[in-house]
Amino acid sequence: MSYFLFRRLLSLLLTLLLATIVIFAVLEIVPGDPARLMLGINATEDAVAALREQLGLNQPLLTRYFSWIGGLLQGDLGRSFTYSSSVGELIGERIWVSLPLALLALTLSTVIAVPVGLYAAARRGRASDTAIMAATQFGIAIPNFWFALLLVYLFAIVLRWVPAGGFPGWEAGIWPALKALALPAIALALPQAAILSRIARSALIEVLGEDFIRTARAKGLTRSQTLWHHALRNALIPVVTIMGLQFAFLLAGTIIIENVFYLPGLGRLVFQAITQHDLPVVQGTVLLLVASVVLTNFLVDLVYAWIDPRLRKTAQ
Amino acid sequence: MSYHRFPTGLAAALFLSTALLSAPALAAKDTLVMGVVLEPPHLDPTAGAAAAIDEVVYANVFEGLTRINENGEVMPALAESWEVSEDGKTYTFKLRSGVKFHDGTDFDAEDVKFSLDRARADDSTNAQKGLFSAIESVEVSDPQTVVVTLSNPAGSFLFNMGWGDAVIVAPESADGNKENPVGTGPFKFSNWAKGSAIEITRNDGYWGDAVALSKATFRIIPDAAAATNALLAGDVDAFANFPAPEALPQLEADPRFAVVQGSTEGETILSTNNSKAPFSDIRVRQAIAHTIDRQAIIDGAMFGQGTPIGTHFAPHHPAYKAELIDTYPHDIEKAKALLAEAGFPEGFKATLQLPPPTYARRGGEIIASQLREIGIDLEIIPVEWKQWLEGPFKGDYDLTIVSHTEPLDIGIYANPDYYFKYDSKELQDVIAKLNVTADTEERYKLMGEAQTIISKDAVNGYLFQLAKSGVWNAKIEGLWKNSPVQANDLTGVHWND
Repeated sequence: MSYFLFRRLLSLLLTLLLATIVIFAVLEIVPGDPARLMLGINATEDAVAALREQLGLNQPLLTRYFSWIGGLLQGDLGRSFTYSSSVGELIGERIWVSLPLALLALTLSTVIAVPVGLYAAARRGRASDTAIMAATQFGIAIPNFWFALLLVYLFAIVLRWVPAGGFPGWEAGIWPALKALALPAIALALPQAAILSRIARSALIEVLGEDFIRTARAKGLTRSQTLWHHALRNALIPVVTIMGLQFAFLLAGTIIIENVFYLPGLGRLVFQAITQHDLPVVQGTVLLLVASVVLTNFLVDLVYAWIDPRLRKTAQ
Repeated sequence: MSYHRFPTGLAAALFLSTALLSAPALAAKDTLVMGVVLEPPHLDPTAGAAAAIDEVVYANVFEGLTRINENGEVMPALAESWEVSEDGKTYTFKLRSGVKFHDGTDFDAEDVKFSLDRARADDSTNAQKGLFSAIESVEVSDPQTVVVTLSNPAGSFLFNMGWGDAVIVAPESADGNKENPVGTGPFKFSNWAKGSAIEITRNDGYWGDAVALSKATFRIIPDAAAATNALLAGDVDAFANFPAPEALPQLEADPRFAVVQGSTEGETILSTNNSKAPFSDIRVRQAIAHTIDRQAIIDGAMFGQGTPIGTHFAPHHPAYKAELIDTYPHDIEKAKALLAEAGFPEGFKATLQLPPPTYARRGGEIIASQLREIGIDLEIIPVEWKQWLEGPFKGDYDLTIVSHTEPLDIGIYANPDYYFKYDSKELQDVIAKLNVTADTEERYKLMGEAQTIISKDAVNGYLFQLAKSGVWNAKIEGLWKNSPVQANDLTGVHWND
């Protein structure tokens, strides 16, 4: 088990290192001068030169890469070009919107999808199963930003239950904050739930056809006893795999959803930083997103090993 | 009061508190939520070009010696009055007394000297450093008087001092203005929730008339569909620059809103490389001018929002020459003849680089299809702003489309190194004369001459003036219709009940 952990950790770190190189290189290749961009087209050459010096853009490439990495190792992500605050601070503020949103959406999608999938699998081939599958097909087909606009129209403009967007901050209280996150979380969660419930259904159907289920039934267990005690655990592997992928997808999905609901989260930050060519912020947030994806995969691997002890052995 | 819409289950419990809270609402409303599309990178107008900075702080938080009003005229601000010497080189400003910065420090002539010297210093990162280039020295003669000496007369100096980039800051607080702006204006900065909203509140110690609003919130809403929803849901009261032209008919039909069409300082032009063949031939440029159908571009690319222009000047300005729209009327036959005369009877190939804004991307496709009628085959190259600044703006291009949003910027045509690469002695003489003329009538006459020269020379393809569509609650009064400078001046705003 410890060898398994060690190998996983090592590949995690290597992936992150590779990611830093790619992120840095890609942003270097993008043509243009951030200083000129910030000062606009009528700025004089010496004002631009002064700003370049201030931003440290005149240092050689490798020096800048290593000072970035050196800073990263000490937990310093650098300073934003446009905002006069540190990247760490900016991310620290924004993550309290994006992370709760992604977790809320993930929880919501799981809470909806797993029971729906189980129900559909248990009633396979019947009318209710067909209806659920048709509904999930619909859920997959709808783009989340479009669904978000429909939600806003109904709940914010017509019914006026929630604001159309924006985020009052957690300091305004849990209830207003959750209210602001409700529609975005639903918009993110439902398409995901549609996918997840289909996966859960087909995984369960597959497991229900296995020999050991027949054996369990032959021993005299009822249908629901076999379902809960024997089938579910075995059907979880594909479900957890998809959930892991979905969490990464949710974090990326927040870029669009946060723009639709004008939420001050990481997605908005990275979007804004790209348009303003705020390199340290783009580097920092993209690295954070990469890290969270890599970390989620790592956690998913651990969960596999927990669900299925055989995986621990094969890993050795 | 915007979060009192709970699901029905809680309605009973909240009935009492809601009833109590609505009582003060009977008095005239004195807060405003203004939607803005872009979040400012920081709040110091003297250290960045972003229009989003001025859209929050100009006239509200910071003031300069002069200020620009809704009609683009120069008005006194921190300078109560001024005198200009005979030779146009010496400006003596008489400052207002009893003015305090928001942190309680006094405003006097030393602050003016500090601000102007800081803006024109060698290490200054002022985005409009050119505004101060004529200044030779700034002298304090007494706490209420400042004498500015120019190296050569600059007719636009008083206008320049009204820009957001020329506001007066205090040495005690200047370094912190990016995060905590300290000015002399009728509002003071109170809070900035990054990515979300910026709040300013009434400055009770203001030297002038107190403003009607006790608080104003600038809520950042970058998405066009979200902007429409925020208005419809009542989350924001106003959008001075509404980003979704396609939603205007719907909002116009809604009696809750006033939709106000104004113009900006944004001359949208087909910038042309005048030093590069075949565009260096005036007949080619004239042929292009004869081919362009401005209204088709405005209708097709801008949902009909925009005013056609025939030169590089804002139509709302008194010196604008409207008749120049007909210098080269739409005439395909004539265009073909001119092109043949220039040696291109079959047309030619060229590139058209388009920066990200809609006016360029959508407008570019329409122009390319129009020019195809006379055989000019344009290859469309979409570019990001960064690439645009490195390429076209440095003179490496054939054609591009861009909106020039600086006010009264016709002077750029006198610089042969500017990316138009236009070198005309005649125009340069007019602009040189304009720079040393302070008399308003005489200045307008010279501005007219300059407009005529560049229109006749067909330096660029003159397309249209960017429109400013404002949408706000019909009960709000005092917001600007036009935007001669990029600003949301809230000093005259109040609710009508």
